[in-house]
Amino acid sequence: MERYYFDHNATTPVSPEVLEAMLPAMTEVYGNASSIHHFGQAARQKLDHARRQVALLLGATPEEIVITSGGTEADNLALFGMARHGHAITTTIEHPAVLVASGQLGSVTKVPVDSRGIVDPDSIRRALRSDTKIISVMHANNELGVIQPLEEIAKIAAEAGVAMHSDGVQATGKMAVDVKRLGVDLYSLSGHKFYAPKGVGALYVRKGTKLAPVMYGGHHERDRRAGTENVAGAVGLGRAAQWIIENGPKEWAHEGALRDRLEKSVLDRIPDSHVNGAGAPRVPNTSSMRFDGIDSDALLIALDLKGFAVSSGSACSSGATEPSHVLLAIGLTNEQSRSSVRFSVGRSNTAHQVDLLTDALVECVAHLRKLAPAYA
Amino acid sequence: MHDGTIAVAMSGGVDSSVVAGLLHRDGRRVIGLTMQLWNQRRLPELATSGPTGRCCSLDDVYDARYVAQHLGIPYYVVNFEDRFEQQVVKPFIDEYLAGRTPIPCTLCNNFIKFDQFLDMAASVGAERIATGHYAQISWNPDSGRWEMRRSADRAKDQTYFLFGLTQDQLSRTLFPLGGFEKSLVRELARELNIPTAEKPDSQEICFVPNGDYAAFIDAYFREQGISAEETRGELVTADGRVVGEHSGVHHFTVGQRRGLGVAAGEPLYVIATEPISKRVVIGRNDALLRSTMSVKDVNWISIGPPDEPVRAEIKIRNKHAAAPATITPTSDPARVEVRFDEPQRAVTPGQGAVFYSGELVLGGGWIE
Repeated sequence: MERYYFDHNATTPVSPEVLEAMLPAMTEVYGNASSIHHFGQAARQKLDHARRQVALLLGATPEEIVITSGGTEADNLALFGMARHGHAITTTIEHPAVLVASGQLGSVTKVPVDSRGIVDPDSIRRALRSDTKIISVMHANNELGVIQPLEEIAKIAAEAGVAMHSDGVQATGKMAVDVKRLGVDLYSLSGHKFYAPKGVGALYVRKGTKLAPVMYGGHHERDRRAGTENVAGAVGLGRAAQWIIENGPKEWAHEGALRDRLEKSVLDRIPDSHVNGAGAPRVPNTSSMRFDGIDSDALLIALDLKGFAVSSGSACSSGATEPSHVLLAIGLTNEQSRSSVRFSVGRSNTAHQVDLLTDALVECVAHLRKLAPAYA
Repeated sequence: MHDGTIAVAMSGGVDSSVVAGLLHRDGRRVIGLTMQLWNQRRLPELATSGPTGRCCSLDDVYDARYVAQHLGIPYYVVNFEDRFEQQVVKPFIDEYLAGRTPIPCTLCNNFIKFDQFLDMAASVGAERIATGHYAQISWNPDSGRWEMRRSADRAKDQTYFLFGLTQDQLSRTLFPLGGFEKSLVRELARELNIPTAEKPDSQEICFVPNGDYAAFIDAYFREQGISAEETRGELVTADGRVVGEHSGVHHFTVGQRRGLGVAAGEPLYVIATEPISKRVVIGRNDALLRSTMSVKDVNWISIGPPDEPVRAEIKIRNKHAAAPATITPTSDPARVEVRFDEPQRAVTPGQGAVFYSGELVLGGGWIE
């Protein structure tokens, strides 16, 4: 059976140029980047090069980049490194890496979003307290693709003298990111969301930001993140960043065209279908769609059995899906949330694949609705 | 005979794993589905370290997934937690507090496994479902009905919990193990290289650890913020004499002897629980004997609804030896009156009454 992948917000394949760049860092250049000898220096050279590539992607300087094991670690490092015993302000639609982690800080205020999934900067301002240490607002939402007004929020943080963090895991690689223009102090990204491997990510830490480490050990990453550097992972991350620097705008146009094609033909061909977060600025590859009267679990399985990989909600530890806190936060009912599916296109998708997906959707939704007594 | 896709309800246990393995070996298109019925993070105070774990424990899901990977079949976990809580857990608690002794497995079969699961299977394109239940289904062309029989392995027979299956449900359900002895199923598991072939059987009600209903209900009440004190009350004799206090009507079931805390010259048993007055009535063993009962919500399986009285052997508990009786229809087609040939001990409201004719399951309903 042919299989088609429409779940690039979950993860992406490692691209050929990334793999090619990484292989020598696992074979010939195997030194410990902290070693003084030739082997160590060769590894250090690759690591430093990668760090410059990541910095360039974000408009940062290399010393502002801390390489981590991924987005979750970057988020945890930002939150615990800045506000372990203090107050944090975040939103109701964050990824669990921020939502759950922030619950472990001194205290947290979760600011709601509007029906498009956008947070009102004024409500962030109103949530400020004398003990607020950090504001953490995601750049682009993983389920809706909706982009937050980070610049405005970062201004509020700066005026209040509070650190500004953004979880940029779903924005990096999908839109232009300039941390200086955004005005954030901390910015998380994850390699496997843009064709680098799983297990590597980074936290941008603006020069002058007083970040305490979360993991203790050796003097790696300028004492901000102990642990022998994952050179191969960093090389992959850097190469993936380089690809975006060179090809980003063209790629985003490609993905945006596919996403718009999908939404248009689905809305045309499937009655009672809706786009969640419609009307908001969104990253170009993401579409959350809702089909009245259907159960998204059943739709996801039916599509998978036809070869189409899409996503619904987030998986819990057993692998069953839980109702999406994001969709509930934008005011959808439990039932509406349960009838929503996320499509996220990527580099390898084609217009033909999108058309096949649409055909499969038309068929599956009709079948499910026929069986659903509630849908009349 | 049927070429369509079959969805196997995989619990992670040996029985359903063998079902998936056998159907797969026969060349059927099989998909494995595990029902997530209960959030294992809830009621942490009930956590057990026993060999069978708890309902929908991660270990069971891992086992089911491992078996599916081993067989190379598509596998998914489906979340039925809401439905399970509404249709099984809450009615179980309500029944218990109302002085009846519910059987959640029957509720789960009626409302989850042969309803929502069947719907999910149809939704994803499976025409039939298969489970590891020990019971036999066959089509009788003469009567034009699907019939149900007890399993070949009498000790494993689960027909007592399956009396609610309708003709439509039976027509879409396979019980591949119904004709096998359990020992053969273990052998088949080894033969099919099922990775969990040596896993012990689970015995208890899946969401109630160690079979301790009362502890489960107490923990659920604490979670929901309901005061457990509400069900404390008096322990009385049949003639209304107060002989003590009890800690909650849900700690008692008809026929129970242990835990009464009353000293008497002869063994005393729970005769009835009265949820409104919160009284538990106790008395001698012979006070538990009854010859008649009403049965409601009757579902007929192997025969259609009768017009005349029917002779049958009736089980009033899973472990009860079916007792000869006469079933008399009433003006309400879903209700029958039953008269046993010999009085039966502890006819318990809320339990199922299942009507047999030899191996054949005629139907069943709920004792009023």
